[in-house]
Amino acid sequence: MNTRTVRLAGYGIGLILALALPRILYPVLALDILLWGLFAISVDLLLGFVGLLSFGHAMFWGLGGYAAGYLTKSIALDYPFAALVGAGAAVLLAVPTGYLAIRSTGIYFAMVTLAFAQMVFYVVNEARPITGGENGLQGISRTFLGSAIQDATAFYYAALPLILFGYWLAYRIVHSPFGHVLVAIRDNEARAQALGYPTGRYKLLAFVLSAFLSGLAGGLYSLGHGFAALELVHWSTSGTAVVMTILGGIGTLWGSILGAAIFLLLRDWLSTFTDAWGVVTGTIFIVIVLGFRRGIWGTLLHSLHRRRGSAGEITTLTEPAITTVDGAEPRPREGEEGAPVSPATRA
Amino acid sequence: MDPVTLLPQMFNGLVQGTFYALLSLGLAIIFGVLRVVNFAHGAFFMLGAFAAYILLQQSGLPFWAALIVAPLVVGLLGMVLERTLIRRLYALDPLYNFLLTFGITLILQDAMRLRYGMQGQPYAPPRELAGATNLGLFFYPNYRLFAVLFAIAVCVAVWYLIERTRVGMIVRAATEKPDLTRALGVDVDRWVTPVFGFGVGLAALGGVLAAPMQSVYPLMGAELIITVFAVVVIGGLGSIVGAIVAGLLVGVVFGIGLAVVPPLANTLVFILMAVVLLVRPAGLFGSVEAA
Repeated sequence: MNTRTVRLAGYGIGLILALALPRILYPVLALDILLWGLFAISVDLLLGFVGLLSFGHAMFWGLGGYAAGYLTKSIALDYPFAALVGAGAAVLLAVPTGYLAIRSTGIYFAMVTLAFAQMVFYVVNEARPITGGENGLQGISRTFLGSAIQDATAFYYAALPLILFGYWLAYRIVHSPFGHVLVAIRDNEARAQALGYPTGRYKLLAFVLSAFLSGLAGGLYSLGHGFAALELVHWSTSGTAVVMTILGGIGTLWGSILGAAIFLLLRDWLSTFTDAWGVVTGTIFIVIVLGFRRGIWGTLLHSLHRRRGSAGEITTLTEPAITTVDGAEPRPREGEEGAPVSPATRA
Repeated sequence: MDPVTLLPQMFNGLVQGTFYALLSLGLAIIFGVLRVVNFAHGAFFMLGAFAAYILLQQSGLPFWAALIVAPLVVGLLGMVLERTLIRRLYALDPLYNFLLTFGITLILQDAMRLRYGMQGQPYAPPRELAGATNLGLFFYPNYRLFAVLFAIAVCVAVWYLIERTRVGMIVRAATEKPDLTRALGVDVDRWVTPVFGFGVGLAALGGVLAAPMQSVYPLMGAELIITVFAVVVIGGLGSIVGAIVAGLLVGVVFGIGLAVVPPLANTLVFILMAVVLLVRPAGLFGSVEAA
């Protein structure tokens, strides 16, 4: 079997799984997995392929959710348009916040995005006439061509084309010449600049595209649940998307869906006998970061490639590619091995 | 806006600002020596307040004793976490430790929620500081006056420690050129754990000071730490003076915001951060290379 056959087979299985999911699990959980997966993919697009950790993506997910919910409630906009307007609203927010955030890199970028998301949280909380403040937007009834879609399974299949469009878009971005420039920027921004790429513009566009995917997912999420609450824009939501991404494997794209699935299934299962969910999530964070940095998908791909003896097409397989803080060398300490962060990141 | 309504709010903002300053000061010292942005700083602040509360409930330890004991206990916990977890990731990108400390935050918060619930626990101010003082234009609670003066005194003491003593010199040298400092015969690694414990202790001290002003609850540090990140961006990461000045500045801006445009007060901090990013991406007191 050549790689192409394997890949096509993989997509076929993925598609069948996506179609069958509401029959395997209950439909709301199935929809959650796909939407959180898209959300986590949008985080991975920045983290895995530009080397920027956004800790504020809840602002795009949440704004998408509120915008879609508000338009559905106020003018009964059909669900595909409501979701797309939600994504558009996220894009409008991403332009100024991204413009400011990409002035920083590394750990600064994470802090700045986190801070902007907190600002959005306060604004949403205060804008009671539109968002309902602490009560949120209740009773969003999604419609299509004038008739309501009440059944959860029906909405799952109604939302599926839009979600698959989001997945496809992420795939296209990563595998386009644009995506390759992003990886070049991640590995060595100075070199990409020297080659004549306006790296700032590339990073901003990547940020905006990532926000679009988050907004689309968030819009469908609030439509799927019939309400939009403050939790959508809470900082812990940004953290959840990040943990899904690293659980699946940074820079693996599809790993994010797997990470979302495992995370949500685990929560669903654990919620029957414990409510210490924060302890569980925190432990997942610590375990992955300390000893499982490739993530699940990354580990699978790695062992697969090692058996075949090929290097694989994605360069991040060796070690997750988070770039170093600009100008600050990673600082190995005595008695420890030198920094194994993707070696190319060090100029 | 007449000064009689504006001034008390500015004072309240200043009180808030001293907490920002205490927390961002600890963050700055830790980042300087360890290159770790400690997300769990807010959680340690919360643990400081809980330590004071528990000490009072369990062993009847008064506020004044808690002011010393709680930072020591929480600082010790920080040192244990540094030794067992954070230490393992120094060789990697700082983002990994950011994620690790985020995980620690979730666990600490949830553990306190499971034990004490989401409801706030009351913590009365010490009897010696009950009542209020006439400041000419308005009355102001004695405890808050004490908290401001005490926190500022701690900030100044820490500044003195870093800038004027031999220990501070080592810390500053290790911050700027760790390899060169090592080459000159200073055992930098020996200072890593104590510095982390010290920064965490400062956060816990802030928590003890905050306990009598607000109730003690598991999420009290969570939103604070995000605002403190904005403060750090404004002041410039790793700058001691920047941490203190930006903390107080942001607090006062917040206080004025509460008096003039209450719905926007929380947002103002982040607008200020956006302006600083636009004009001086390295922060008000940060060096350009650090950004």
